[in-house]
Amino acid sequence: MVTILYFARLREALGRASEQIALPAGVCDLEALRALLRQRGGAWAVEMADGKPVRAAVNQDLARGDTRIGDGDEIAFFPPVTGG
Amino acid sequence: MPVRIQHEDFNAGDEIAALRRGNPGIGAIASFIGVVRDLNEGDRVAEMALEHYPGMTEKSIAEIIEQAKSRWSIFDALVIHRIGRLKPLDQIVLVIITGAHRGDAFAACEFIMDYLKTRAPFWKKEQTAGGARWVEARASDDVAAERWR
Repeated sequence: MVTILYFARLREALGRASEQIALPAGVCDLEALRALLRQRGGAWAVEMADGKPVRAAVNQDLARGDTRIGDGDEIAFFPPVTGG
Repeated sequence: MPVRIQHEDFNAGDEIAALRRGNPGIGAIASFIGVVRDLNEGDRVAEMALEHYPGMTEKSIAEIIEQAKSRWSIFDALVIHRIGRLKPLDQIVLVIITGAHRGDAFAACEFIMDYLKTRAPFWKKEQTAGGARWVEARASDDVAAERWR
């Protein structure tokens, strides 16, 4: 299982703050996970579409599409940050 | 702890006094305070809400401070960032750097703000006359962070 967190505008658009899912075989990096979520359709297809400026973190470190993921990871998807 | 995320306001004078206390080697103190403006993208902002990613926020800012310490000769750094509901005139963020000389203190202070703006997981949602809206990230912030590479 992995925990997925959603923040800010993404959380509102997707209608959830967090979830736990079992990673299907073959889903071993962030890009693959994003593609999996996109297949849910609706807001997921829109928000996770290629070209959307979605940022991600794995275990609280900024990550990229080719960052590996596995059981027990805390994964987060969010819009570009706007603090300061 | 050099990083504090809090709802409460801060007093820069008190924080500077605490950070420099008892260190006669300090010759320079650089600080930055970010505050809420009443105008953004041409619209009046009545209030904003600041959201963050608990845990990652503290971790990412601590890492930015460590990078600053490895690049410049400074003694100490403190970052306080507020979350929750804020209004125009309110303080949002405080960065304080102590060092022997001003050059490194200024540079480290600016570096920390530029990196915080593009890497620390905070998001602002503004209330305007037209309703609530999430603040969009600025390309100019990416450019500012990029020049430190």
